[in-house]
Amino acid sequence: MSLNIVVLAKQVPDTRNVGKDAMKEDGTINRAALPAIFNPEDLNALEQALQLKDQNPGSKITILTMGPPRAAEIIREAMYRGADTGIVLTDRAFAGADTLATSYALSVAIRHIGSYDIIIGGRQAIDGDTAQVGPQVAEKLGLPQVTYAEGVKIENGKAVIKRRLEHGVETVECPLPMVVTVNGSATPCRPRNARLVQRYKYAVTPSEKANLSKDMMKLVETRPYLNLYEWSAAEVNADASQIGLAGSPTKVKGIVNVVFQAKESKSLEGKDDAAIEELVKDLIANHTIG
Amino acid sequence: MANFYTDNKDLKHHLHHPLMQKIVALKERNYTDCEKYDYAPLNFEDAMDSYEKVLEIAGEISGEIVAPNAESVDHEGPQLIDGHVEYASGTKQNLDALVKAGLMGISLPRRYNGLNFSLVPYIMAADMVSRADASFVNIWGLQDCAETIYEFANEGQRMRFLPRVCAGETMAMDLTEPDAGSDLQAVMLKATEAEDGTWRLNGVKRFITNGDGQIGLVLARSEAGSHDGRGLSMFIFDHKNEPGLTVRRIENKMGIKGSPTCELVFKNVKAELCGSRRMGLIKYVMALMNGARLGIAAQSVGVSEAAYREAYNYALDRRQFGKAIIEFPAVAEMLAMMKAKLDASRSLLYETTRFVDMYKTYEDIARERTLTPEERSEMKYYSKLADAFTPMSKGMGSEFCNQNAYDSIQVHGGSGFMKDYACERIYRDARITSIYEGTTQLQVVAAIRHVTTGTYLNKINEYAAETYAPELKPLQERLAAMTEMYADAVNRVTSFKDTEYTDFQARRLVEMAGHIIMGYLLLGDATRCADFIKSANVYVRFGEAEVNRHYKFITEFVPENYAAYYKHEA
Repeated sequence: MSLNIVVLAKQVPDTRNVGKDAMKEDGTINRAALPAIFNPEDLNALEQALQLKDQNPGSKITILTMGPPRAAEIIREAMYRGADTGIVLTDRAFAGADTLATSYALSVAIRHIGSYDIIIGGRQAIDGDTAQVGPQVAEKLGLPQVTYAEGVKIENGKAVIKRRLEHGVETVECPLPMVVTVNGSATPCRPRNARLVQRYKYAVTPSEKANLSKDMMKLVETRPYLNLYEWSAAEVNADASQIGLAGSPTKVKGIVNVVFQAKESKSLEGKDDAAIEELVKDLIANHTIG
Repeated sequence: MANFYTDNKDLKHHLHHPLMQKIVALKERNYTDCEKYDYAPLNFEDAMDSYEKVLEIAGEISGEIVAPNAESVDHEGPQLIDGHVEYASGTKQNLDALVKAGLMGISLPRRYNGLNFSLVPYIMAADMVSRADASFVNIWGLQDCAETIYEFANEGQRMRFLPRVCAGETMAMDLTEPDAGSDLQAVMLKATEAEDGTWRLNGVKRFITNGDGQIGLVLARSEAGSHDGRGLSMFIFDHKNEPGLTVRRIENKMGIKGSPTCELVFKNVKAELCGSRRMGLIKYVMALMNGARLGIAAQSVGVSEAAYREAYNYALDRRQFGKAIIEFPAVAEMLAMMKAKLDASRSLLYETTRFVDMYKTYEDIARERTLTPEERSEMKYYSKLADAFTPMSKGMGSEFCNQNAYDSIQVHGGSGFMKDYACERIYRDARITSIYEGTTQLQVVAAIRHVTTGTYLNKINEYAAETYAPELKPLQERLAAMTEMYADAVNRVTSFKDTEYTDFQARRLVEMAGHIIMGYLLLGDATRCADFIKSANVYVRFGEAEVNRHYKFITEFVPENYAAYYKHEA
């Protein structure tokens, strides 16, 4: 069966390559100093979507991202790997959203898309690490959800999902439509493809299109797939009280710049198994391991 | 995030050579493909932007996947299972990534699902993949064989085989036999024509890289009773779909251990003729070999790059006598020489690639329409230069690669002799570059006629007439003096009219020409980008000393002396 697949993706600051200037004095992220990247687990999610498309010819992958207009970069990035199109949900009114407001905005956008069989997102984003958005989107859409996925297949019209749990693997079945969030331990995303890069490198959102030369604008108009979507709050009929800062119950009270220091240390004597056992028990007790 | 394209700005420099404007316009037939294919470029800038974007993908895969896998691939190597090759797990991962990235059939036309790229970005990708893992580039780089199918097979064969290569099937070039190495005229593998017009292959091939690849090109004796090259034809066989080929053994090699070097047994393998009978060795293998030699020149440069980087990073980190060893003049000089040889051989590699690209593209255009007289003479000009520069680039580039691999270990000192550092693998991998696809000695055999007929000197004079940055004037003068010595040495050697004597001095003469050519190429690089001034200085001085040494040897030598070189005793 051909599927309408929506991949939820986020453009995030690359917190894996944090330098000295990554944080401002007030403790907030200095976004200018960090390159903006495709959230890593969203790439795992995209790979699952691409595999579903491989296995179900005729399927269509739409990337949905909320962010500033430049977030269109990750839509192109996804198209270079095999996604078909994308939507940037962008509006000043969305700014300052916490996970609740974000998942509300995404859910109304998905409703606006209208037709969807499976919604796939990464487990969490590296700039917030909450893992709340995917599940909240499912709740708001009234859809079943499966989290910590490592593999997604469609069998007899249902999703069959392998989940990575703490002490093993679980395989579950779920009716469509549904929401699934994918773990970083799932297959890494395939590379950008040389032909797709050349086909989609001029894909633009309406606001990007406005800056094009006449020739390029003509090209974009003759090739419909180069037109990405940009939706505002009004366009998706979002309730103003549920989006952005207004819709965010989470208020940041303060931010502390934490510098790790060794406060206390403990020495264990001994060379035998008993000493090692004592060490392991201690490490488990203070949650260093286990 | 390691990216072997973006972390090496020299590549971008060579990609944006002034001749590219012409090469790409010819290759893209003035950008007419975009009406038919939505991934074809609209104009020159668009094409170059695509080259860069695609090279970034190749660079990322090289840096993030192929390079980290290199050590395990070297240890694990391919396995022989039931007469077939099973790649090392890292090799499989590498191939999967490059296939998914669409980096197969890079230079093939779009109608066969290729990317129709210029050879320059293709060779550049090979340069990067080689830096990551010299063994893997052999498997991936055998897509070169597709060029032979494109050039010499019929349209039906092209349509059947080329899209498969673009989709990721690997190839093999089955030439060598136990008694036919450099001397391919001795090939014995038998091809017999069946009643239905198809052919059957029977016999043994040895030292076949990726011998279990899905599509093979085989040199076989189609003319029963013949004994020389004129009885040999080229065959294509579909190993994926036709039975009869078994891998009898995978060689246990010193280096490039991830690349399966196979002994193959053909038992009634169904095959089809590629091109015309009896042209196998005379025409097709020569074309195949030239392509492969350019590939090895690229491999040599990539391995040289890896050797230099390992040495440089170690010399920065390693402290002795209270300072980093890079601060000691002896180590600093070694690194400067390594970088200069690397830069010189890379510059020669891309110059050669552009020459090949120019004449091959004209040849291709000639299949569609008659060339104008100007185009025809330009094609001849570049064809001759490609013929002269390919063996020089492969021969000298692979020798520099070996020297850099040797020096990389030297910079590491005792640690370099241990298995703990990448430089030992690089040293083993480098060793084959000056042997396969024709030893350095055979490259000299191919190059010497361009010494005696003046191809090199004419091109050197063209380089000398170009305009270089004023601060390079002293180096230009040195190169002019070296050229005089070279011309004089050539005259002295050829005045004896003794081919054996010329062969005896051949390597010295070819190297003299090579040092001068690479010197000028670096002046050109330094004029376009100041980063190359350092290497130009180091290389021209080194080349000058080498040219002096050879000049002294040649001018003080009389043919009677060389009898001493033939009296060998055990």
